[in-house]
Amino acid sequence: MISLRRAAPQLIALAVILFLNWLAFPGFFNIRIQDGRLFGSVVDVFNRGAPVMILAIGMTMVIASRGVDLSVGAVMAMAGATAATMTVAGYPLVAVLAAALVVGLLCGLLNGILVAFLDLQPIVATLILMVAGRGIAQLVTEGFIVTFNEPGLIFFGTGSFLGIPMPVVIAAVLGVLAILLVRRTALGLLIEAVGVNRSASTYAGLNSRVLLLFVYTFSGFCAALAGIIATADIRGADANNAGLWLELDAILAVVIGGTSLLGGRFSILMSMLGAIIIQAMNTGILLSGFPPEYNLIVKAAVIIMILLAQSLSLAGAGAFFRPGAKAKPQEPLRSSDPSANKAQNPA
Amino acid sequence: MSTGEALVSAEKIIKSFLGLRVLDGVDFSVRPGEIHALLGENGAGKSTLIKILTGVHQPDGGTIRLRGTPVTVRDTGHAQELGVGTVYQEVNLLPNLSVAENLFIGRQPMRWGLVHRSEMEKRAKALLAQYDIDIDVSADLGRFSVAVQQLVAIARAVDLSGSVLILDEPTASLDRAEVETLFAILRRLRDRGMGIVFITHFLDQVYALCDRITVLRNGKLVGTREAAELPQVELVSMMLGRALAEATHGAEAERRSAPPSSGKRIEFSHYGRARSVAPFDLSIGAGEVVGVAGLLGSGRTETARLLFGLDAPDSGSLTIDGKPAKVLSPRAAVQLGFALCPEDRKTDGIVGDLSVRENIALALQARRGWLRRMPSREQAELADRFVKALDIRTSDIEKPVKFLSGGNQQKVVLARWLATNPRLLILDEPTRGIDVGAHAEIIALINRLCEEGLSLVVISSEIEEITAYSTRIRILRDREHRGELTGAEISPDNIMRAIAAQASASNEGASA
Repeated sequence: MISLRRAAPQLIALAVILFLNWLAFPGFFNIRIQDGRLFGSVVDVFNRGAPVMILAIGMTMVIASRGVDLSVGAVMAMAGATAATMTVAGYPLVAVLAAALVVGLLCGLLNGILVAFLDLQPIVATLILMVAGRGIAQLVTEGFIVTFNEPGLIFFGTGSFLGIPMPVVIAAVLGVLAILLVRRTALGLLIEAVGVNRSASTYAGLNSRVLLLFVYTFSGFCAALAGIIATADIRGADANNAGLWLELDAILAVVIGGTSLLGGRFSILMSMLGAIIIQAMNTGILLSGFPPEYNLIVKAAVIIMILLAQSLSLAGAGAFFRPGAKAKPQEPLRSSDPSANKAQNPA
Repeated sequence: MSTGEALVSAEKIIKSFLGLRVLDGVDFSVRPGEIHALLGENGAGKSTLIKILTGVHQPDGGTIRLRGTPVTVRDTGHAQELGVGTVYQEVNLLPNLSVAENLFIGRQPMRWGLVHRSEMEKRAKALLAQYDIDIDVSADLGRFSVAVQQLVAIARAVDLSGSVLILDEPTASLDRAEVETLFAILRRLRDRGMGIVFITHFLDQVYALCDRITVLRNGKLVGTREAAELPQVELVSMMLGRALAEATHGAEAERRSAPPSSGKRIEFSHYGRARSVAPFDLSIGAGEVVGVAGLLGSGRTETARLLFGLDAPDSGSLTIDGKPAKVLSPRAAVQLGFALCPEDRKTDGIVGDLSVRENIALALQARRGWLRRMPSREQAELADRFVKALDIRTSDIEKPVKFLSGGNQQKVVLARWLATNPRLLILDEPTRGIDVGAHAEIIALINRLCEEGLSLVVISSEIEEITAYSTRIRILRDREHRGELTGAEISPDNIMRAIAAQASASNEGASA
């Protein structure tokens, strides 16, 4: 599905970052097993990156539909607040998890209705919950940082399965299920079609509105899951800071993964790779002893390089197609094709 | 009216986009002191010609002369310097700035390095007084009616340019009194020696205002005539095209007279929608081709949208083979076996970034539902079959469809629908903007499909074309189905007469 060629810029970027991390911190690749769980900096990259990976899975589909979901950070806070408050109130784990996920689904559904049925621009529609969501989360926690000590919930943040940290397990399972969902059914194609040209898709008999409703609801679900993990990890719900700015990391992960903000072709796996790249940078800067403020600047520089590499490889692909185009001179379009390609590339 | 040297003239202008020739050796000139109508159906090349005159596009061939001197118009700013100003249909001013700011934006009178507001408003007032407009120039432009905004745009364009004014459908959103005001101003500008180019599709307005008429069709110049010497019926025939191969007509007449099979029918009765199309009856049998003829804005596309469920009808009913049915969305229409190839292929037809294969499979996949995914292999087989059957020229079925030529994109959209095995296929301008070869192939395809028992509704402004393949022809005017031609009545002359009857009979309707 994803050719190695297409993934080359991201894989090279990841390799370079990991190499630099190793230079800065020679113990970077050391992995040890303690209490039946893997520990080490590389493991940390995956573990810390898991929430953004999960957000990026949902965000990929939203962006493929030519939208964006700015509310995921706030939804994380709401789901976390719900989970923490209910745990403290003594509800059983199953009810806690179900309630938190339902909060995410409802938030996503609301976004979907605003975008698909009320035709609000996605950036505006999801901005509403981005702002209001954190307020709701504070109402739920009544302004406190709600802490808990319930091992069942904590397991989702710091537990492990077969030695692998739970957040990584959850992100991987969700990723596999999401990929199966969109690629083993026609969902992926239909979302791409709506993202490229909603009008033409409607003419072709696609139920564009229901598809949009789905992608936003799914994104809400992913955000709630990420919120549960983040809350379980710190054993508390901080309505002000949980998931703060993570919507931007998720969007960034998708863009680094090569899905265009203009909608269309998407790859969930590549977006997850994008999330790993971001986290590898974060971890690297922390390990190297630079003040964390540098993090943002370095991140920006790396992103520019990756995007540049992507657009160069696109231009390369264009050049690759041109000789083939000359093989069938009978087609009237051909004579002007190279110039047309040239015109397309910078755009 | 002066017949002196032209203010602006375009000679043998050639322009192609993506290998498709949209202007082919077109001549056009504007003299001082004339109002010159530029007419043609959609896709005739009017807007491309205007964009070349105003420097938006550069011509591939031909010369533009300004008072006899060849010039290269670099961009729209340069065009203004040369004296050519344009006012577009959608007024392109800034509604959130004041009237005065709109008139003087980019050239505000300055004092001490700041905008001299009172001076600017004084000048704006004086400028608008020339047009008998007395409004508060310090108020936001957006607060005024479209008509006033239009006049402000004209005032600005005349003030900036001064010798040639191009108006692109200026009356489209004006009421009758506003149109009269506009015309009075245009006549005054003409008498001052300006050359005015007037683009519209209201024929009565052309005759009320214009001195000369130039008609373009499919990127070619049909002719430039004095308005006073051009009868209305002849103008319509110039716009729609009249060359008809008699041979084709005779051959097709035989098929047309064959009785349509009576059993299976799709019947729309009293079907209509307010402000779209007046209620109409339409009954289509298998193997029938119903042609829909009418000028731009007569309700052709609105009819198609209604039949396909893009707009919900607010009156009438539908029966299929005698059973009642409802089409309230394209999705429902597709489930019933309806299909529509839209007029605007780029925005409503192709899904540009997806491959030829995916584009062809899209409607069938949508009908099957998202759970029953067509495996890639099946999609590829389907695409290969239609690429072969319709002779779609592409190097590869995995190529993004946006890289195909217009004619091949149209075939891809057609293939998408034929793959669903429809019973009713609606084609809205199936041959617009595609080259001659693909044009003939699509017509041959229409004939073949109808022999296979498909019901077709074909909307086209190509009169000789629908004459050639239609069993019956619907005449539309003023958003109403006004009549139907059948059997021997079908001829280009009759169609044009039926359409032109409107322009003289219903002036009021056209300009409302």
